[in-house]
Amino acid sequence: MIWNEEAECMPPALREQLQLKRLKEVVKKAYDNVPYYKKKFDEAGIKPGDIKTLKDIEKLPLTTKDDLRDSYPFGMFAVPSKKIVELHTSSGTTGKPTVSGYTRKDIKTWAEVMARGLTMFGLTEDDIIQNTHGYGLFTGGFGVHYGAQNIGATVIPISTGQTKRQIEILEDFGTNVLIFTPSYGLYLAEVAEEEGVNPDNLKLKSIGFGAEMWTSGMRKEIERRFGVPAFNIYGLTEIMGPGIALECDAQDGLHVMEDHFYPEIIDSETLETLPDGEKGELVLTNLTREGMPIIRFRTKDITALRRDLCSCGRTFVKMDRITGRTDDMLKVKGVAVFPSQIEKALLKIDGLEPHYQIIVTRPQHLDELEVQVEASPGLFSDEVKELVNIRKKIENQIHNEIGIRVNVTLVEPKTLPRSEGKAVRVIDKRSFDE
Amino acid sequence: MKIKQLSIFLENKKGRMRKALDVLAHNNINIRAMSIADVSDFGILRLIVPVPDRAKELLEANNFLVKIGDVIAVEMSDEPGGLNAVLEILDESSINLDYLYAFVDEKEEKAIVLLHPEDIDGGIKALKNGGAKLIPPEEVYDW
Repeated sequence: MIWNEEAECMPPALREQLQLKRLKEVVKKAYDNVPYYKKKFDEAGIKPGDIKTLKDIEKLPLTTKDDLRDSYPFGMFAVPSKKIVELHTSSGTTGKPTVSGYTRKDIKTWAEVMARGLTMFGLTEDDIIQNTHGYGLFTGGFGVHYGAQNIGATVIPISTGQTKRQIEILEDFGTNVLIFTPSYGLYLAEVAEEEGVNPDNLKLKSIGFGAEMWTSGMRKEIERRFGVPAFNIYGLTEIMGPGIALECDAQDGLHVMEDHFYPEIIDSETLETLPDGEKGELVLTNLTREGMPIIRFRTKDITALRRDLCSCGRTFVKMDRITGRTDDMLKVKGVAVFPSQIEKALLKIDGLEPHYQIIVTRPQHLDELEVQVEASPGLFSDEVKELVNIRKKIENQIHNEIGIRVNVTLVEPKTLPRSEGKAVRVIDKRSFDE
Repeated sequence: MKIKQLSIFLENKKGRMRKALDVLAHNNINIRAMSIADVSDFGILRLIVPVPDRAKELLEANNFLVKIGDVIAVEMSDEPGGLNAVLEILDESSINLDYLYAFVDEKEEKAIVLLHPEDIDGGIKALKNGGAKLIPPEEVYDW
């Protein structure tokens, strides 16, 4: 089934016409109402009236996360605050979080695009959907919620955690569609197995997952464990949240909701726009957002866009699953982690030299983070218990900084690689290529 | 009466202990006594050598993390209950021990225990008052 056939199966010429009209409107609105954009456009010597074709978008300056952060909290809003009905923020792992503001119409748009996506997964008004995404400032929970309610499905807003309860509800309520992050899904599957749940007795028909990088091996594992197909959800808080691109039952890339978001792929070094099919950094523009229209946002996610005809009948461009990042951000257990945060934590410990290495692994499909730290004279004690305490202290300090538990290993001095130029701080043993 | 002891940080990795001992062997430094304390991923190798400061320099030149600390050497009778007699003295003075290790010298037919109390000066005092026979550094190093 297709939720909005008129939009989702729009002939390309019509879509481009609609996109151009909306692009002109949104650029003007941003220029007139957001001082940041006025300044940026003026500096670049460009006026909203210069946008005559879709290709002209390439003349507009790019927006980065730092730009959004500089406007913290409400500097990017294009409407008076009385028009804003809801706020969300990014996790704020790298500094001040970025704030996202939504008008009533923006929430409606969100509900629309998520309804399209959940319909791709087979959700109907007769179904029960169990939403394990967290409800709160994180956009995951509410995005799924709005879409499901728009369809008229029954939502179980359970959020993440309480895993045994999740499984009990999955069985007792007869959940039809389950939403989770891949790593939580696999954990859920393990606990279900321990609890003796037979997937054949469940009423599940599909799974939607997002917010983390994943491999086809992980998807297969999820599908095998639950015995139903699993579909990908893409989104980011700065632009809206989940619902920017979603996967249809062809399971061959995610359809970008092009009537609301304009995708481009750029070379992250030259900043040139790349043709369809080429891998690069995804750049997104809000075409219809009122509260906080974002023009040409650099997502730092690496993907490619493909225009080939999809067997599902939808005409929206498809993007490949995210296979990497242009920065050194790691996603571990769904949480964004930067090596600089770990360094910051280490520097808070007296006597410690910040020679470290981060090793990410995924044994049994669950992320684990090991931080190897070189022991130093200032740290070394003849007492085993003191060394163990120091290790514990380092673990706690990192936990405070990044929000997830890590294992710290003390290694001998000068054993970690010293590289000329850019240090190799991260060894990611997880493979996202397959 | 304090004996200098080397503590060396070792990663729990193949060949690391041998590497440390190699440094000493190549410089002709004999080991009088040793013990190792370990947790899963690292350990502390404790050594008594005749030239602790020199050994520390050599090991550090080879990137080992080394500390010199003090222990007490006490002679005990090499027979059942020998160690207990020493511990009893410390117990009665409420001196808590972090660790100890012992070794036997066959030539002299005596056993030596190396003690590391939390309070090393208190330990020395208690042992002396309790009549234990403390061995001076020269004897331990030279032995």
